[in-house]
Amino acid sequence: MTLSFSQSRFRDDYSFANSDAAIRRFPFPFDRDSYMYSVNMEPHRAAGPEDSVFQRRFDVDEHYLSEMADRAITLQRDPMRCQSLPHMRLAGWDLLELIMTAKAEDYPDLFALQRDGACWRWINRPMGIDDRFTFLDDATLPCGPMEYITRQTQGDFALLDQRQGNLWMDAGMITSQADWSLDFDIGMNFFEWHAPVPRAAQMGIFQRALKFLLNVQQGAPSRRLNWTMTVNPRLDTSPETYPEWGPEKRSLTPENVGQRQFLRVELQSFWRLPRSNGLAFPIRCYLCALEDLVTVPKWGRRLHRVLRDLPEDLATYKGFAVNRPLIVDYLSRFDDGAPTSPGIFPD
Amino acid sequence: MTPAPANRIPSHPTYAPLQPRPGHAALMIADAGGAVALAQLLAQAPDLRATARILLVAADVPPDLPAVTPVPGTEALEAAIAGALQGARMGLQAYLAGSQGLIGQAQALLLAQGMAPGAIQMQQCGGPARRMQCVHCKTIAPDVVIDPYRCPGCGRWLYVRDHFSRRLGAFQGVCIDAETPGLVPEPTEIAP
Amino acid sequence: MMQPLKLVLKQPLSPRVTRFRLEHPEGAPLPVFSGGAHVMVQMQDGPVLRRNAYSLISDPQDRSGYEIAVQREDAGRGGSLWMHRQAQPGMILDVGAPVNLFALDRTARKHLMIAGGIGITPFLAHLHELVRGDAAWDLHLAWRSRADLPDMALPARAHLHLGDEGTRMDVPKVLSGQPLGTHLYVCGSARMIAAVLDTAQGLGWPPETLHAEEFLAPAPGAPFQVHCATSDRHVHVGAQESLLEALEREGIDAPWLCRGGACGQCETRVLACDGTVDHRDHFLAPDERADRIMPCVSRFRGTLLTLDR
Repeated sequence: MTLSFSQSRFRDDYSFANSDAAIRRFPFPFDRDSYMYSVNMEPHRAAGPEDSVFQRRFDVDEHYLSEMADRAITLQRDPMRCQSLPHMRLAGWDLLELIMTAKAEDYPDLFALQRDGACWRWINRPMGIDDRFTFLDDATLPCGPMEYITRQTQGDFALLDQRQGNLWMDAGMITSQADWSLDFDIGMNFFEWHAPVPRAAQMGIFQRALKFLLNVQQGAPSRRLNWTMTVNPRLDTSPETYPEWGPEKRSLTPENVGQRQFLRVELQSFWRLPRSNGLAFPIRCYLCALEDLVTVPKWGRRLHRVLRDLPEDLATYKGFAVNRPLIVDYLSRFDDGAPTSPGIFPD
Repeated sequence: MTPAPANRIPSHPTYAPLQPRPGHAALMIADAGGAVALAQLLAQAPDLRATARILLVAADVPPDLPAVTPVPGTEALEAAIAGALQGARMGLQAYLAGSQGLIGQAQALLLAQGMAPGAIQMQQCGGPARRMQCVHCKTIAPDVVIDPYRCPGCGRWLYVRDHFSRRLGAFQGVCIDAETPGLVPEPTEIAP
Repeated sequence: MMQPLKLVLKQPLSPRVTRFRLEHPEGAPLPVFSGGAHVMVQMQDGPVLRRNAYSLISDPQDRSGYEIAVQREDAGRGGSLWMHRQAQPGMILDVGAPVNLFALDRTARKHLMIAGGIGITPFLAHLHELVRGDAAWDLHLAWRSRADLPDMALPARAHLHLGDEGTRMDVPKVLSGQPLGTHLYVCGSARMIAAVLDTAQGLGWPPETLHAEEFLAPAPGAPFQVHCATSDRHVHVGAQESLLEALEREGIDAPWLCRGGACGQCETRVLACDGTVDHRDHFLAPDERADRIMPCVSRFRGTLLTLDR
């Protein structure tokens, strides 16, 4: 596979755009014409067409360099987006090992890992990195192991400690989040950090999800898709910077909604970390403008039906209640009422 | 984002009347409003008097409390707690009573010193004032009684969320007019 | 996820305890694991397929092999007897991926480990990591007699309490004076675990600082019948097999991880019950026991038990 990397921005002039290929491989999150919370876990293994985002353990796409540049800007402005409580040091090395091993195997043309005992050499060709370090020795890296590898990997990463029959959000690199604060939530358990989510607690969703996650096994990762809506292709929709992006939410018009309203999909995966017994929780964000989504007729029809019928409190929680009439009105033009096929992939 | 509903969410701390627990020592922390709760606890369990050590924050010392160390204000609490925990051993129980702000801060300091949450009890006494952290500039406002309130750090109007961080000992405040700058509702008193 | 591993070493450590070393048949490195993890070892014991969990005792960072220590239980269901009598170097055994239900709590400032007898095994892996790291720790091991004590190369700092030498463990003394932030880990018999945890609670140790792993083998019991509604089958559970094993024998799918009533993976809904479920697990909350069962360890007495399997 040959990838050419775009150079675009997720802020300022918002020059981000998906190629036709990127639109076709977008992980559309709805497998039917309606949506409600569920523990929609499945094994994280290859699925879909050859170029689908599910084919490799840590998907690298055309936005790789742009996303890493955006992360660097966010971290420079607010270093607390990357934090690790002291007991998570080993989990950070677990994550580094997991990602380096997977990327070197899945993308041998882009990444290489050479190991000689604890002496490791890591080559990241797209980013021009060629580093040698000693595995498990923090002093041999320019920063902590979690920060080091996640500055080179698309998606947010939470590292969860497992104890007392619960999972604890004790470390993370969070720069492309759907409106939650690592700095505030760090140290919370599974129920606490999900506390603001409406409905799901009453539905018993979290109890079931937690039980599932506590038993995720080494070498058997799982995944699920989550989604929300974002105005403008912006990765950094954090509470910290809400005053910056909040006004943009109110800038939609019938004329620009197709271009500026994005469906934001998180490919979440869950990995048992063998050395620390923690859990790695990558949250990979994909963005697609409505006008691009509707080029897949099945997706245009289905997204219209899902958003039209979504309960109001979920629309509020996902932050687009105020824009829903505009969005639904726009999408209705691409829904001729024809039946849609099951599953998430284009016909 | 919109304000959380008024009913309690799972990150909200739980407060309950202090109950005596087994342990070889007791560290009690209270403000003027919480001193009564400590007196009640000690009346209920007189054995605790022999091993209790009390940090009393910004309050006159009532005559019926034993082993009181006065702490002039919450800014001196960290040093006072560190001193009180010198050489502390497992089996120590902490009893906190007072405003949400005081007990939230005291709990955060005790956790940072290695105490387990299960050894810390909290009883809220007094009004509904909350310790709030501004999510934007991270300034902590110790006693917020209105919603929205003006952040003493960045001057933004923030709404009061129910989302609580044990580590910070604070609730989260988020800009209320981020999407519609200047449109700030009239502040109302926080419900208890 | 079973993988075939080669038994390369069988070494008696004491009259009743034997060490086994398993390696990849082609010498490939095995996955690393974390201290406290166990693996499931599968044994074909005549017509019976046994799966027993054993704590890994080797260095978690050593990928050249996995080691376990097995105590012979003459009154057990037969797994340990098979390992002692039938397992021989050169044999290929199916072994599951490491699973950890007894990890150290890394937020602790000190780890206090108390082992009774063969309950020492999970701590042997922890010790490999603790002696390398800078966390504070203490280990107390109680064994019946020095003659029975396996040769385990314990660190010199470990405290030995031997019944026949009059150095029995004084649990309140061990627990008193521990610095704030200490976590307690206990592994041994159910009775020993209960005694230590009760003492700790009485001394005011909060629940999140207390950790225990009981080796819960499925105990035998009276035979019984179950009806599996989903697969529409009636299954007879024999005296010496667990409900989970009986389901597997009949080819009825049930997921599992620990097979010891701890992880919750095999939790099964009870659709109808005329009788009494004998709950033997550590997983289900009291209110969940009304309509659920853990088939790895729990049994049934009565006329009708219908499961969602």
